[in-house]
Amino acid sequence: MGERVDGPRGALAPGRVWRLVSYGVPLAFLGLFFVYPLEEILRRGLGPGGGLGTDGSRSALDVLTDPVTRDVLWFTIWQATASTALTIAVALPAAYVLGRYDFPGRNVTRALVTVPFVLPTVVVALAFLAILPARIDRGWVAILIAHAFFNVAVVVRVVGTFWASLDPRVSDAAATLGAGPWQRLREVTFPLLAPALSAAAAIVFLFSFTSFGIVLVLGGPSYSTLETEIYNQAVRIFDLRAAAVLSLVQLACVAAAVWVTTRLETRLAVRGQIRPERDVVRKPRTPAEKALVVGSLGGLTLFLGLPLVVLVERSLAVGGGHSFDAYRALTRPTSALLATPWEAVVNSLVYASVATAIAVSVGGLAAFAVAGSDRRARGSRFLDGFLMLPLGASAVMLGFGFIIAFDRSPIDFRAAPWIVPVVQALVAIPFVVRIVAPTLRSIDLRQREAAATLGATPGQVRREIDLPVVGRAVAVAAGFAFAISLGEFGATVFLARPDRPTLPVAIYRFLGRPGELNAAEAYALAVVLMAVTALSIFVVERVRVRRAGWL
Amino acid sequence: MNPRSALAGAAVALALAIAASGCGSGGTPQDVVLVTHDSFVIPKAERKAFQDETGLKLRVLQSGDAGQALTTALLTAGNPQGDVFFGVDDNLLSRALAGNLFDPYRPAALAHVDPRYAGDPKHRVTPIDHSEVCVDYDRMWLAKHGIEPPRSLDDLADPRYRGLLVVENPATSTPGLAFLLATIARYGDPGWKSYWTKLRANRVLVVDGWEEAYDARFSGGSAHGKYPIVVSYSTDPAAAVYFAGKALDASPVAVLRDSCFRQTEYAGVLRGTHNANGARKLVDFLLSERFQAGMPLTMFVLPTREGVPLPAVFTRFDPTIAHPLELTPARIGANRDRWVSEWTDLVVR
Amino acid sequence: MLRVEDVTVHFDGHAALDRVSLDVAQGEILTVLGPSGSGKSTLLRVVAGLQPPDSGRVLLDGVDLAPVPAHRRGIGLVFQDHALFQHRDVEGNVGFGLRMRGDPPESVRARVTELLTLVGLSGYERRSVATLSGGEQQRVALARALAPEPRVLLLDEPLGSLDRRLRDRLLEDLGRLFAELGVTAVYVTHDQAEAFALGDRVAVVRRGRIVQTGTPDELWSHPADEDVARFLGLANVLETPDGPRVIRPEAVTVTAIRDGSIGDGLVESTARQGALVRLRIAFPDGRRLDAVVAALEHPVAGEHVAVTIDPAGIIDLP
Repeated sequence: MGERVDGPRGALAPGRVWRLVSYGVPLAFLGLFFVYPLEEILRRGLGPGGGLGTDGSRSALDVLTDPVTRDVLWFTIWQATASTALTIAVALPAAYVLGRYDFPGRNVTRALVTVPFVLPTVVVALAFLAILPARIDRGWVAILIAHAFFNVAVVVRVVGTFWASLDPRVSDAAATLGAGPWQRLREVTFPLLAPALSAAAAIVFLFSFTSFGIVLVLGGPSYSTLETEIYNQAVRIFDLRAAAVLSLVQLACVAAAVWVTTRLETRLAVRGQIRPERDVVRKPRTPAEKALVVGSLGGLTLFLGLPLVVLVERSLAVGGGHSFDAYRALTRPTSALLATPWEAVVNSLVYASVATAIAVSVGGLAAFAVAGSDRRARGSRFLDGFLMLPLGASAVMLGFGFIIAFDRSPIDFRAAPWIVPVVQALVAIPFVVRIVAPTLRSIDLRQREAAATLGATPGQVRREIDLPVVGRAVAVAAGFAFAISLGEFGATVFLARPDRPTLPVAIYRFLGRPGELNAAEAYALAVVLMAVTALSIFVVERVRVRRAGWL
Repeated sequence: MNPRSALAGAAVALALAIAASGCGSGGTPQDVVLVTHDSFVIPKAERKAFQDETGLKLRVLQSGDAGQALTTALLTAGNPQGDVFFGVDDNLLSRALAGNLFDPYRPAALAHVDPRYAGDPKHRVTPIDHSEVCVDYDRMWLAKHGIEPPRSLDDLADPRYRGLLVVENPATSTPGLAFLLATIARYGDPGWKSYWTKLRANRVLVVDGWEEAYDARFSGGSAHGKYPIVVSYSTDPAAAVYFAGKALDASPVAVLRDSCFRQTEYAGVLRGTHNANGARKLVDFLLSERFQAGMPLTMFVLPTREGVPLPAVFTRFDPTIAHPLELTPARIGANRDRWVSEWTDLVVR
Repeated sequence: MLRVEDVTVHFDGHAALDRVSLDVAQGEILTVLGPSGSGKSTLLRVVAGLQPPDSGRVLLDGVDLAPVPAHRRGIGLVFQDHALFQHRDVEGNVGFGLRMRGDPPESVRARVTELLTLVGLSGYERRSVATLSGGEQQRVALARALAPEPRVLLLDEPLGSLDRRLRDRLLEDLGRLFAELGVTAVYVTHDQAEAFALGDRVAVVRRGRIVQTGTPDELWSHPADEDVARFLGLANVLETPDGPRVIRPEAVTVTAIRDGSIGDGLVESTARQGALVRLRIAFPDGRRLDAVVAALEHPVAGEHVAVTIDPAGIIDLP
């Protein structure tokens, strides 16, 4: 029998150049496009005069000791925690079904689940207003439900994908040892699933923590999170110092949350045997299994579908009846935009493609850095956590940061078109790392060794062994990155040039104008965004099926 | 995804980045850049007209809503992103002036503008348009429920209109702030507080933004919500007809003319512009008859220039308010933050 | 040709390999025999370049391999669990090493066909490796390792997970193949029959050390110590005043006694192993001996037997 094969140290440890690249590129990217602009804006805010040249900025201490700050912080934390718990509870049955069973329409379902995630929050919030019973259409219940609606995709896809590669025989073995279904879940499946689960939970937590549009609309004026308060201070009250202080508080909370979850993941990670998905998923056989598939997906469809149906209905409601007038109007020039709405669709696709390429390259390298070194190594844990921070940074402050950081030649980037995909990639990179690294970690070391003894150089090993095996994860990550780029609004709205609006920007422009036709066009564009998202994710997944023959 | 194509993509992105960094913003002599908020609209034909008249190419830079755009401008004061800023209203004017955003400029066409619109005696800003924030109501809804339309601000505190009014949060919304200022102009300070106490008792709904108030809560909006009375603009009756998607004889929306508060929107030449001459030509253009006549239908605001013909739908559903409620920019600037925070304590908490 | 000198590897403080040295000549098959956890696999990993030794050297044709990474050593390794690339088909697996060194596709394809014929899997090129039986996977793993013509082939318990009959057949095939190709190989196993069947020489490993090296005959006739003897299947180790002695089972003759007398000992258990039957006999003084009979008729458990021992079958242990 073989001895314990322990970690990628020893002879196959990554070479120095590769380490330098896999650490250096992501760090440089984040340093230039995240740390630098954020540092500039925070320094401006904390500096004399509060940075806006106007009076009325409070001192940092005043902001910190304000009871409002305390209330806001407390609400932000607890609503994010509760939203995460609710999201996981709602998403797990579907993640299980998608990870274990093969049924007609499985790929379509996987693509559709992602749709809510990219919709502009205000659009969805308005849809929710229409369907929630009057008693709870405002306040924390509505906020939690909407957060679950948005983030179900994260759990279903991250956990479901991981689940689909867990060897079911392990659970079978537990069954032969007398473990019932619940015991198997508790004793075998969850411990194996824990890394993916905590990765997904971390992302959901950060998204809920920094939620903006949902809290504004569904919370009403008496609920605010750090993110909405930062926005208020910076943009309504022009107290940049208060905004900077709150941004620091938010960043500290996010860093703490990230630190806790990366530690947790390190502790939980188990190197399990990864099986090709084809060996894992099977058709549901017994009536109970079929009921489970139908029930959990049916429930999810209802939950995710109802608000979407409302959006479709609104897009058709023109002139007291229903028609496709709003869709027809999309091809015509409009006074709401400096381009036709259809051009916004094309812009969105182009931006999202470039953003995805950046996110997959930078995030892929980072995933190798994170997974390639010893899991307990400080460097890899730091990089892993560091890459998550953009998810927790205030979009409005980052947008301002870009404007003041890159304001002089040769780096006067303020109006350069590529700044948009760069910002979008910033948000997408953590997803790529989080989705790819766990799979990379679970690759059987022996496969790499076998390749090495067959003459594969370290580079060839990465290309021939690691990449095909993580191909599925990379495809999922690319799909996610694409979807996130399509939906990003907070920073894009600052940086997109008016003659090149993206879909979400166009939706807001229409929403900001009176009259039924404008509202209908906004909803019609939201429907188009939904369709484009679903379609592109569907396509990404088909491509991967053909490339990697084992799916 | 194929690793090579991903790497190639990254290389392309990087190449684009390097290529694009050479041609960032900043005014070249042939360009003039207008920095504004995202409600600003200029039709292609007018852009072309400006270019034909001046030989300058107009570029527009939109940085979010009015607050975001102003914050952006304040952050880059002295090293501006463009040459002219458009979109500061009298609520925010004191901020913009305190931030030393503008160089003075007095366009000749100011002679055609009623002096009551002037925001700054030193002419650092030029009034371009105005709009009246008013209480609007859904005529059909009220008729169907047998309720008389409200005639005054006082009526809104009457139990007959209990639970029917939706307003925007003055802390987060421009029309919301205007409506608060309207009540202050009408009832004085601190008289407005007792009025708002009554509104609160009468179950006024406060939402964060105009979009939610009008699109989702207002019964006359696209979502046919539950509130027939909303704080919005005097141009809404016209817009409701213009964007109905079908021909209408009467507008479903009407204005409570007693409630209107005037907002004037200004433009100014940004301090530090590289193209002061072009910037002035752009301000002139914004005040030209041609642009002023187009604004009502593109931005739903009214021209400040006198004698500009209004489009037909605006003459049928006249949005002009002869004697709106007003407060001086100086008084707003001195008290706004206190009023908003007092209002928040009174109404929301 | 291959020389391992004083190699030591520590894992968490205990020595997995402890000053191991061995030589393999060109065209020789050396089998390494030892129980689980004795350090056999680590030895192969050191030779392959997958595990750097804490001390000691590995030389190939007199060249120290320390600075040569695994992928440049030209040493093939067949893994215990095959470690086939699940994401590639049979041809993708077998041709992997050839593609890595940049062979043109046509020559890769030709060589794959040649190797698949050699291991008896002609026409399997397009099959997914996940659909193969254990024996077929083993053949693919072997073909994959042989394809780039390694200077030395290492095999880590390649037949460990297969059933006995398949194992016997593959063992035969392997022996023929190695002879045909003139392969130089190090073959690790815990199975004494495999080691003896395949090895030109056998090295016995225990707790990270090589305790004896020799031809199968040498080992069988002169086991180095009691443990080696037991591991080789020589169970009859008796303590005598002159030291431990091994009595070969085939030197023990057993005769049934049916007249009711007690005889020399009692048959405790019997086990048929192919043509032979192994008897365990307990003596009144508590000692036990194994004996082997070839007859179809043999004493059964509970019978009393007379025992005689051929002195030529007694080995003194050092």
